[in-house]
Amino acid sequence: MNGRFDNYRRDYYGGALMVLLGGVTVLQSASYEIGTLTQMGPGLYPAALGVMLALTGLAIALNARFVEPEEGSDALPPEWRGWFCIVLSIIAFILAGTYGGLVPATFAIVFISALGDRENTIKGAFLLSLVIVAVSVVVFWWALDLQLPLFRW
Amino acid sequence: MIAQALQDLWHGFGVALIPHNLMWSFFGVLIGNLIGVLPGMGALSAISILLPLTYSLQPVPAILMLAGIYYGSMYGGAIGAILLNLPSHPPHAVTCLDGYPLTKQGKGGIALSITMLVSFFAASCGIIVMIFASPLLVSVAFQFGPPELFSIMLLGLLCGATMSKGSALKGVAMTIFGLIVGAVGTDINSGVSRFTFGFHELTDKVELVALALGLFGVADFLCNINRMHIVGSSANVRFRDMRPSRAEMKQSFFPMLRGTLVGLLFGAMPGTGPTITTFVAYAIEKKVSKTPERFGSGALEGVASPEASSHSKTQVDFIPTMSLGIPGDAVMALILGALLIQGIQPGPLLITEHADLFWGLIASFWIGNIILIVLNVPLIGVWVKLLQMPYRFMYPSALFFIAVGVYSTNNSLFEVGEVLVFGLIGAVFVALDFSVAPILLGYVLGPMVEENFRRALLISRGDLMIFLEQPISAVFIGLCALLMLLQTYFALRGIRRSKWGVLAAK
Repeated sequence: MNGRFDNYRRDYYGGALMVLLGGVTVLQSASYEIGTLTQMGPGLYPAALGVMLALTGLAIALNARFVEPEEGSDALPPEWRGWFCIVLSIIAFILAGTYGGLVPATFAIVFISALGDRENTIKGAFLLSLVIVAVSVVVFWWALDLQLPLFRW
Repeated sequence: MIAQALQDLWHGFGVALIPHNLMWSFFGVLIGNLIGVLPGMGALSAISILLPLTYSLQPVPAILMLAGIYYGSMYGGAIGAILLNLPSHPPHAVTCLDGYPLTKQGKGGIALSITMLVSFFAASCGIIVMIFASPLLVSVAFQFGPPELFSIMLLGLLCGATMSKGSALKGVAMTIFGLIVGAVGTDINSGVSRFTFGFHELTDKVELVALALGLFGVADFLCNINRMHIVGSSANVRFRDMRPSRAEMKQSFFPMLRGTLVGLLFGAMPGTGPTITTFVAYAIEKKVSKTPERFGSGALEGVASPEASSHSKTQVDFIPTMSLGIPGDAVMALILGALLIQGIQPGPLLITEHADLFWGLIASFWIGNIILIVLNVPLIGVWVKLLQMPYRFMYPSALFFIAVGVYSTNNSLFEVGEVLVFGLIGAVFVALDFSVAPILLGYVLGPMVEENFRRALLISRGDLMIFLEQPISAVFIGLCALLMLLQTYFALRGIRRSKWGVLAAK
């Protein structure tokens, strides 16, 4: 792939994203009272920020054409497996923490996220999780008195 | 006044040497060093992971510990840069250039010990400047009202946005995004909940730790997973290898002085990141050298000068953070956030109201740096082992520490969800070539910016000219304008050049 094209695309989407974020901020702020400069409402400051963000985004997108290709910034394909496992592991931590307690939550976050790496085997991930569960129980539950029970059901 | 400062410093040593405080300082340096050595973990991740731990402490030990973590992790980062060519903290990218070749020549130990000595010298200079400059700055700061505070924060934000790495416009966008994130929660003037989207947990603002760990922890893992391939280092550094010869000491003496000066100068400018400082120090050293061709293939000067500059800058950075409440970079923003959580409002009053905290902190810098040296001499072998820990084991464990750390701040799993959201946002931004550090700066300063803006306009009854009519404020606004003009000029020049390039290619 052509490096220049990628840089262009990245800036273009980046600028568009900023315009979108700014727009959402302005819309959301408009639902609070805006007020005047003498009597400022809660919405004025965020609305002003939203406008500035959108304008900056516009400038980034317009500027995209002129950005010089940087060396060493080739676009890598997204790492879906890694992303999926990391995101899932954090969600699993929240769920297991709510319904299961510290031990299952610890095991879930380490085990699932470890599977995101292509070089980790299931056995390796399992052993690593056991080690971290031990650390978690000794350090956080026993020594630091974490307010999350070991198990709950 | 100097006598007064020295007396206060003496008192500060008394505070820092209380065994309880000393213990936390030691603990901070040790853990900071440990985390800093781990691949992919810099000062930011180290401080954010350990921030929850400080909530239960008294303010003085808490801040001593955080400062310890900071320079511990900075030094840990240097170890990774020199021995493994792995810059875990961007400022160390320069250290890699000459540090790693030195390791390949078998002189890694010497590079490390020079780094240690140089850091200690530079930090000491920074501390001395801090001792004498802070009271001066405070006497000026008392004349700061809302308009002045707003203008100087604007300048700080603008500097932080445009001088970090990457495109200036993108930095500005990230800063504004940070300001918006800072506006989430209950508006102090009207009590309206803003941007909470129905989550009552958000009325109490976005959690600082969750934001920082999302942006610098989870986002980092998302970007590095399956991509971090560590080149196994055969570096086997023993204590014996670390003793530099007299010639090597001499060789790095003047680079050390120059680097320290660069750091001091840049530290005085708000918002200039440490990365830029180290790059400038390296460039100067290369210019000054009689044999510039040695740089890049193992010149000791190329390690000494940037490391000195980053350490003296670190110390000087504490001045605006503590005395004005305006952090210079993302790390300082985190430390400022920690102070606020402890119920301490940084600002001109801090030095008089919390004298034990301020002078204790200064004294602890020295003590901390000595601890650092004492620790690293025997532990260097352990660090080298740690450096070789594979990323595939490191990140799942770190993810767990992040989740538990965030949970423990408020005993709430909702905030673990915040980490996930900010991690994803951060990863998208990084993928689009934005640098995420300015978000943190904006987040911490945001509420203060809004408050002072509102107050200033209350005083002037809605007249924006107040920012230009007050002389001190006008100077800062003028500097902001100058900065923007310069940036536009450079950007336009860049465009013209690249157009030329395109034309020439045709």
